[in-house]
Amino acid sequence: MATPADLKQLDGMGKYKYGFSDPDVTVFKTRKGLNQEVVRQISAMKEEPEWMLEFRLNALDHFFERPIPDWGPDLSRLDLDNIYYYVKPSESESKSWEDVDDTIKATFDKLGIPEAEQKFLAGVGAQYESEMVYHSIQEHLDALGVIFVSIEDGLKNHEDIFREYFGTVIPHTDNKFAALNSAVWSGGSFVYVPSGVKVELPLQAYFRMNTANLGQFERTLIILEEGAEVHYVEGCTAPIYTTDSFHSGVIEIVVKKGARSRYTTIQNWSVNVYNLVTQRAMVHENAQHEWVDANLGSQLTMKYPSCYLVGEGAHGGILSMAFAGKGQHQDTGGKVIHVAPKTTSRITSKSISKDGGRASYRGLLKIYENAAGSRSNVVCDALLLDDESRSDTYPYIEIDENDVSVGHEASVSKIGEEQLFYLKSRGLSEEEAITMVVSGFIEPLVRELPMEYAVEMNRLIQLQMEGSIG
Amino acid sequence: MGPNGAGKSTLANVLMGHPAYEVTQGEVLFKGENIVDLAPDERSRMGLFLAFQYPVAIPGVSVANFLRMAINAHRAAENGTGKNISIPEFRDLLRGKMDLLKIPHEFAGRFLNDGFSGGEKKRAEILQLATLEPDIAILDETDSGLDIDAVRIVAKGINALVGEELGILIITHYQRILNYIKADFVHILLAGRILQSGGPELAEHLEEVGYEGILEL
Repeated sequence: MATPADLKQLDGMGKYKYGFSDPDVTVFKTRKGLNQEVVRQISAMKEEPEWMLEFRLNALDHFFERPIPDWGPDLSRLDLDNIYYYVKPSESESKSWEDVDDTIKATFDKLGIPEAEQKFLAGVGAQYESEMVYHSIQEHLDALGVIFVSIEDGLKNHEDIFREYFGTVIPHTDNKFAALNSAVWSGGSFVYVPSGVKVELPLQAYFRMNTANLGQFERTLIILEEGAEVHYVEGCTAPIYTTDSFHSGVIEIVVKKGARSRYTTIQNWSVNVYNLVTQRAMVHENAQHEWVDANLGSQLTMKYPSCYLVGEGAHGGILSMAFAGKGQHQDTGGKVIHVAPKTTSRITSKSISKDGGRASYRGLLKIYENAAGSRSNVVCDALLLDDESRSDTYPYIEIDENDVSVGHEASVSKIGEEQLFYLKSRGLSEEEAITMVVSGFIEPLVRELPMEYAVEMNRLIQLQMEGSIG
Repeated sequence: MGPNGAGKSTLANVLMGHPAYEVTQGEVLFKGENIVDLAPDERSRMGLFLAFQYPVAIPGVSVANFLRMAINAHRAAENGTGKNISIPEFRDLLRGKMDLLKIPHEFAGRFLNDGFSGGEKKRAEILQLATLEPDIAILDETDSGLDIDAVRIVAKGINALVGEELGILIITHYQRILNYIKADFVHILLAGRILQSGGPELAEHLEEVGYEGILEL
């Protein structure tokens, strides 16, 4: 964790407090733009089996055929030809902390990684650019038979399991950006938890982009066998650049009978990043999956974590938080598809808009015929900090079954003069008072984070609120 | 004391610096300084406190976290070093004050005024008063909406705090709370003006004759 003094130092680095950038230590880049040749090059660099190259090329075809989605935020300024689709930072993945490049270590220092490392001893996978450069795995993960490796190693060393599930939760035809990711994916995690194994510590991956115009297309595949449990945590910070940066990940999770999983994201890309992510969990009989999704950064985020409840008694939870500051548009929400009977879901969305920022909730709740006895509850709360900011709600609900119970509540509030006066009358400055109301507003989400992330989250909110008062 | 609409709450809000009120003339002197142009938080850090008639809820913020932030804000102003109260010191302080006011310790973990009953809200206000240790506190109808037991508990708390270190201005409709708290002075406010001032006997007299009786004088 960074100390207050570190944060003071970071303050000087511009409006985006974590927006520092290191010298480029990249060793290989594809040329800008995208064609079959680039995809072949990526696959060859990674020494992939033939079937993966075919998968990529099919996906590329689909990507070219598919129009840019026009149902949501404006993507017209996204220049897909002006992006490096593959960047390899160093020759091989480092096995221990000592082997990690000093520049990269310095970056981790600024982000406070080493302490997290100390705290968690292992179980930390950190992604730097498009590859895993540092990946330390707790010994007991091995002993439990848990696989937690880079996605590349997953393909290389566990090809059978990998091939069985890869692309099954999110096929390359799912949407244009899933197709793009499928064609050029690089980096991400592969997690496999055997039957009945409960992983106590959260598995963590730190993400960081560091090359201008770098498109980052991480791909994560998590498989929980029956009765397994795991919590995967992904936190992101990124440096600031003058040209638009692009991130488009795909996260697939398979949660088998009776298993429980949770995937937590703290997304804090710098405010020039387009962040278009597809993440979905396939939840089987009596299993449960929860997405905890906090979006603070990026220029535009489009992300709707989804749960497909395909087995009887499956549960899906989505806890989503979006913070839209100046020039930001957070288009987030969630999707739950009830396919099987007696399935339950809960979507809780909290958005905060300030300085002209725009936060939208876009959600789909679909209950198929035969999903009898299913229940769902959707709550969307929006908090506006000023008159220039904007909040929208697009809740789509499609129900084809009669025997269900569905609740939907939405609220939009502004920080009230009475609330501020009350807090100020206790000695808090206006900024402290607003920060306190905002912290309280997102408490239902922060409460669900592991301790150190909760601390970081509160600090990020404080940083976002700093200087917000004229 | 004064009837509805006399301007009692307006006076309280103006003293604390509520942004909805504009002071067109006059001064508010506190510790020899005119505080009319100071922000509410500055007034608070000088040692002024207002116990609200209708305290607002701050969902998601626990009583303990809120009070710790408030104490830190006060300390930063006092010693200028910005040195925060340590967690153990704060825990001891808060527990001591809660014991004094007979408030169960679980109260500290609840979200401020969120889902509080009327009595709990008023007790939370007195807990804040006890913890922040102001020099002057204004209690705006702290007794209203409380049952007789709650009035007694709140009054007990106030009695435990008032003295050399703390002066209190109680705003109330009724003489009831004065059965438990000995007032040094009683002022009757009507249509924005102090109509009459006196000792505790004035409140008793008011109880007998009502505001109309006072008006006829």
